[in-house]
Amino acid sequence: MIKIERHDETSNLIYFLTPVIAIFLTLVTGAIIFYLLGFHPLQALKFFFITPISDLYGLSELLVKATPLCLIAIGLSFCFKSNNWNIGAEGQLTFGGIVGGGVALLFYNHEGFYVLPLIILAGAIGGMIFAMIPAILKIYFNTNEILVSLMLVYVSKLLLDYLVVGPWSNPEGFNFPETRQFSDSARLPVLFEGLRIHAGIFIALFSVFLAWVVLFKTYLGFQIKVSGLSLKTAKYAGFKGKTMILLVFMVSGACAGLAGVGEITGPIGQLHRMISPEYGFTAIIVAFLGRLNPIGIVFASLIVALTYLGAETAQIFLQVPKYTGQVFQGMILFFLLASDFLLFFRIKFLGFKKYEY
Amino acid sequence: MNIDINFLGILIGAIMASSVPLILAASGELITERSGVLNLGVEGMMIIGAISGFALMVITDNLFLAIIGSMLSGLLLSFIFGFLTQSLLTNHVASGLALTIFGIGLSAMIGKDFVGIPGKEFPLLFVNLKEAIPLFGPIFFGHSIVFYFAFLLPFGTNYFLKKTKIGLIVRAVGDSPVSAANQGINVLLVRYCCILYGGAMCGLGGAYLSLIYTPQWIENMTAGRGWIALALVVFATWSPLKVLVGAIIFGGITILQLHMQAMGIRIPVQFLSALPYIMTIVVLVIISRDSRKIKLNTPTSLGQIFYKEK
Repeated sequence: MIKIERHDETSNLIYFLTPVIAIFLTLVTGAIIFYLLGFHPLQALKFFFITPISDLYGLSELLVKATPLCLIAIGLSFCFKSNNWNIGAEGQLTFGGIVGGGVALLFYNHEGFYVLPLIILAGAIGGMIFAMIPAILKIYFNTNEILVSLMLVYVSKLLLDYLVVGPWSNPEGFNFPETRQFSDSARLPVLFEGLRIHAGIFIALFSVFLAWVVLFKTYLGFQIKVSGLSLKTAKYAGFKGKTMILLVFMVSGACAGLAGVGEITGPIGQLHRMISPEYGFTAIIVAFLGRLNPIGIVFASLIVALTYLGAETAQIFLQVPKYTGQVFQGMILFFLLASDFLLFFRIKFLGFKKYEY
Repeated sequence: MNIDINFLGILIGAIMASSVPLILAASGELITERSGVLNLGVEGMMIIGAISGFALMVITDNLFLAIIGSMLSGLLLSFIFGFLTQSLLTNHVASGLALTIFGIGLSAMIGKDFVGIPGKEFPLLFVNLKEAIPLFGPIFFGHSIVFYFAFLLPFGTNYFLKKTKIGLIVRAVGDSPVSAANQGINVLLVRYCCILYGGAMCGLGGAYLSLIYTPQWIENMTAGRGWIALALVVFATWSPLKVLVGAIIFGGITILQLHMQAMGIRIPVQFLSALPYIMTIVVLVIISRDSRKIKLNTPTSLGQIFYKEK
């Protein structure tokens, strides 16, 4: 018989080891799925996880994809740590992109050092304001933030669609659903000639540093953590719960907005319908995989970014749809959650004795 | 005048038809939530139901098998969720999200060979009555069997929860799993059953889309209906009959929006398409404002992890 016991102290080692276990299990299951689909499992995994990053271009692409994921996940970690379920980061990213893109279009024939900072600021504010909607509705009307933030994703995507088809579409663009190209001073500089990796990565890394400082070195970070662990304790300690809700949503919205603006001023250079391949949703997985820890999130964003690249490579070499990446992303989260079981419970093997009450 | 009345009938019939997947998914999720489990994977289970129903229809050419298969696939997917949350005691919100992401990905993976294949005509009941009776004909007749099932389901669910012993057990488990367990109820078993039932209903809701409503497979064809179904459960304050009302309102918005587009009303298409989502938010605000009303039927242990020291 086996007996399951709860234990409260968890070792740090297991805490950061379980994500590794989860990734390993995902690879094994992935191999099985590929085998069932009629591919050579190891070869398929190689196409998926090794081929995409075997050259410099691939590595640069990995960082291009990891940048927005990392940024959004950093923001989400503030929400999730304090038990606020913002799952509409995709919408906040889109809205940030819209506001930032609007500013970029205003300056489409201007050059100047001030253009890019303005756009980035506008994007961050856009994302922030959009994230305040579910927060304010939660605070004043007690609405479920999961549903509201998610519904707003659809709203923002339709708004973007309207803008790029209608009023903001490129006047010389033959009615393609896209805006003008942004001017050169509205673009994030590329770091290396011939590669797409751009200065947005510094914004992401800076946000990681900032998040680390706030979460681990300030009273505010302490408040956020306590509210996540026990709302009652937080109330008893006199923390302002409502302000906290608004604040974590604003942080996470600003991060998502920055990610959106980083995409349009970085690799894309204009607004069109698909400014994000669901980065906002995938970042939820990144946040969990990184254990809501800023440093962990950096590693997690690289791993999850690889599933995007892998899916693209596999699409070319194996003719599987690019959605395969999502299957892997979902599996990582499944296995991560499942292996968390090891954190809080201990399985004891009691031998085949008769169960005693 | 005759034409107008018939048009009205057809319009109402269309609204009811478009609310069917919402009723099915929301009624299923309602039972799951009443047992204290919050499964956010509705969208994932619906889309898997949609593709497996369609794929089975193409492969076996048998609509009955397709419907049963779609329910089984939704059930299988919900089993993953059940195993995670009930046996491995994981967080409900995160597990449900994983289920949705996984489901959408898997459906596209399975569905890549089924894009562009035309669907099969689904048999409709009482077609002759539809033509014969003005106004009420197109409303009540000439629909598929799933349509009638969906409209009876909330009444059945209501009866089940309020009048049967098992329904009482489900509610007890949702409101206080600890006392239910002390009464000798197998909380885990009850919750597993409710999760699986919810999964099957979501699968059926998805299959309604791909087999009957728009008989074809399109990637991501559920388009957020799973999330609207989740919102509907809150809207209905966990009472089955209000799910019916809510689903018809949302179906109505969807259809009216399509008609407004067709009539060439000078509002951008995207704003009309955004209406159902904005309405969901507005309705949630109105409902949630009164916290007493919400708490009346909310399963007390909703979304909480239940662990019994053995």
